[in-house]
Amino acid sequence: MKWGKTMEQEYLTFLLNGEEFGVDILCVQEIRVLSRVTELPNKPDYLKGVINLRGVIIPIVDLRQRFGKEPMEYDDKTVTIILKSQHPSNPSIVGIIVDAVSEVYKFTASDIRPSPSLGNQIDNCFLKGLATVESKLIILLDTNNLLNQNELFTVDNEVEETELLVD
Amino acid sequence: MSVDLSQFIPTFLEESFEGLEIMESGLLNLEAGDSEMINAIFRAAHSIKGGAGTFGFGHVTEFTHLVETLLDEMRDGRREINSQEKEVLLASVDCIRLMIEAIQNESEYDDTSIIMVSAQLSELLANGNEPADGNSVISDVNGSSESDDPISSNKTKWNILFIPEHHLVQTGNDPLLLFSALEDFGELTATAVLDNLPSIIEMDVEELYMHWQLTLISDNATEEDIREVFEWVEDECELTISKEELEQPKHEKSGSAEANEQSDDTVPSPEQLLPNDNVQLAQTNSAAGVTNADSQASNVTTISPNTDDNNSPKAPKTPTKSKAKTDQGSIRVGVDKVDSLINLVGELVITQSMLSELGNDFDLSKVEKLTAGLEQLLQNTKELQESVMRIRMLPISFAFNRFPRLIHDLSMKTGKDIELIINGENTELDKTVMEQIGDPLVHLVRNAVDHGIEPVEKRLASGKSEKGTIWLNAYHQGGSIVIEIRDDGGGINRDAVFNKAVEKGLVEPNVTLTDSQVFELIFEPGFSTAKELSDISGRGVGMDVVKRNIQSLGGRIQIESTPGEGSTFKVHLPLTLAILDGQLVRVGEEVFVVPLITIVESLQAKPELINKVSGDMVLYRLREDNVPVIPIFQLFNLPAESQAVDNSLLVVVEADGQKVGLMVDDLLAQQQVVIKSLKDNYQDVAGVSGATILGDGSVAMILDVPGIIQMALEIAQHKQRQRSNVYQLEGALN
Repeated sequence: MKWGKTMEQEYLTFLLNGEEFGVDILCVQEIRVLSRVTELPNKPDYLKGVINLRGVIIPIVDLRQRFGKEPMEYDDKTVTIILKSQHPSNPSIVGIIVDAVSEVYKFTASDIRPSPSLGNQIDNCFLKGLATVESKLIILLDTNNLLNQNELFTVDNEVEETELLVD
Repeated sequence: MSVDLSQFIPTFLEESFEGLEIMESGLLNLEAGDSEMINAIFRAAHSIKGGAGTFGFGHVTEFTHLVETLLDEMRDGRREINSQEKEVLLASVDCIRLMIEAIQNESEYDDTSIIMVSAQLSELLANGNEPADGNSVISDVNGSSESDDPISSNKTKWNILFIPEHHLVQTGNDPLLLFSALEDFGELTATAVLDNLPSIIEMDVEELYMHWQLTLISDNATEEDIREVFEWVEDECELTISKEELEQPKHEKSGSAEANEQSDDTVPSPEQLLPNDNVQLAQTNSAAGVTNADSQASNVTTISPNTDDNNSPKAPKTPTKSKAKTDQGSIRVGVDKVDSLINLVGELVITQSMLSELGNDFDLSKVEKLTAGLEQLLQNTKELQESVMRIRMLPISFAFNRFPRLIHDLSMKTGKDIELIINGENTELDKTVMEQIGDPLVHLVRNAVDHGIEPVEKRLASGKSEKGTIWLNAYHQGGSIVIEIRDDGGGINRDAVFNKAVEKGLVEPNVTLTDSQVFELIFEPGFSTAKELSDISGRGVGMDVVKRNIQSLGGRIQIESTPGEGSTFKVHLPLTLAILDGQLVRVGEEVFVVPLITIVESLQAKPELINKVSGDMVLYRLREDNVPVIPIFQLFNLPAESQAVDNSLLVVVEADGQKVGLMVDDLLAQQQVVIKSLKDNYQDVAGVSGATILGDGSVAMILDVPGIIQMALEIAQHKQRQRSNVYQLEGALN
């Protein structure tokens, strides 16, 4: 979807390890409290398993772990955001576990600045840009790539290496 | 014309495929004098032609027109039906199918066969009842060049008869404008015909009483172009367009052919619109889009939803090449099935309102009512589920109805006289299974013809009738459907199979095998006993592929054979791919579903029967067999209650002839589960064929037994290879 410079787009933001991330609100199908997941055999750590959402089986990804951050015990603020692709050709649904949901902000395309490519643990392909609200920095995620199964469920080796270095 | 016709194209394609099947089966059963049958074939051809014309598939229209003309002659008794014509018509059915498949796949097709067949058709038409000389077929004949290349470079003279209705000018149409549009194509001469002028007293100034005879000489206009000019007035006029080649190619012999062609292709003048030309009239109209509704209606009559008459196909037989498209295909459902669904939904609504009324004002005295209501709800849901599943069920005749033609063609090719007997074609089977079983069945039938039925001399020598017989049977057995392909041929030569297997290194020469074990060898990759490769079978796609396809559908195949009396191949298939009978098992906290069809038995392991072979692999002695034990928790990397094999629960499953014991923590209920794909939102997971949703709403994985055996084998091999790297092994264990 192409947006003009002045066209406002709403973003749902959520917290992850103290940082605030935003996703295009049009991709958010619903927000759910954490429910029991069914584990998949031989799955990567960040993939918690699958849940049944009204008859559709949806994989649940712990975004902290996917982004290579310290895992945290789930508490009553932990929620699952169900993201649904806006692309009719790739109608996939994924649930992401985040620490808490925060706000809904409106940004225009000119508010969003490109993110620096170095020095972060998150695959660059997931980053859409940065936006600021009252000196607060919000990292906007590229939902298309986040919903792309190839991107989300394959961990870049380089990232894993950085993870190891960080650890 | 702002109606977007393209949305109807899929329907047209579907109906055309149905029509082709009607034509094919009709032609195969056609006897002289069976006017009913010829009419059915003719109607099918006509619907295809009309539809193709509506959607602008000119090449289909022109080709089908030739077929139709021939059929028309047969229908009117002007032509006798002999085998040669039947062959040409069958070949043309193939050609039309080729063209329609090309439209469906938006792909190119090889038109050499079409040119040839249309030449043959024209030849037949030209020669009346005389048998055509097969060799001179392709050489000349206007018809073929015309149908392949409608845009001829020759200057063409078009005779257009334009008879407007009296009120034409009242609707704002001016014939003059039409004529000037026609002039763009070339030289136009218009002659007004004033024959029908009423006397001046009766004349209404706003009415149009004349009609025109137009002659257009053009070098690039096609009939379509001309029709387009008249598009706006087509339902307010009578329009006939005919064509004359100006620079005619030499055709010394086919003067009559030419005349025939002309009169068939065109409608020269109203005087010639005699009753037997009504086909052309209809065509003229439907091509112009006027009687769209008409041609649609005639389509509908041929495919009216009747579940009883299984000879008339209801859904398209889509070619296997376009599997991707097939997946989104539509299903034609009998009205009775839909009615029963509506009934059930009605009952469900009643039960629901009863229950909610109970809930409004509930006290303990109503518990009994509640239980009854819930029971009713259970009943309703079950019936509803069954009805919904039945919608996906189609009679197996959809898979079977290609075989008469196949046998016909094969017996022509091999010179073997073969009769095909089909039983149980009403047996219903899931659409998905049906689509995927077609090719394996074709392979088995080809094999039966090629390897099964002996040549005539041999049959006579062994005291059998000259005519070989192949039976296709389908019936339900338990929760599955059985398809039998039986022949009364020579049977499988056990020794030949065994020797071949030894030669190929598949078995050791000195082992003793049972008959069924020997027959199983046929399914080994690269196995073929055909002494020389024939055109029919032995093309490298072996029985191993057949077996694999059947297994991928969750089915299995069995062979029975008696030397000298024939062989039977039995294919067992699950009725549906969407629902599966499963045994729920628990490993740690997770519940898994083991497909019931794979389970041999479930048992509690006795410590004394457990053998640890060389450390890694645990074998369990099950009567005569040693069954490898696969601990699911270990394979899937899950926490489990008990990690020791002793006294554990084993579910013995079998796939690909290999038995293994799956070690689980607990056996739970048996139930039918609805299969859901993991691939929709995630990806395929090794060892798991899908997921399902249990009664409590949680998700359970369905185990892919062949996959698990494969995984375990790979791990075992891996371990053997890397015995020195022990830590990897421990990683897997922990």
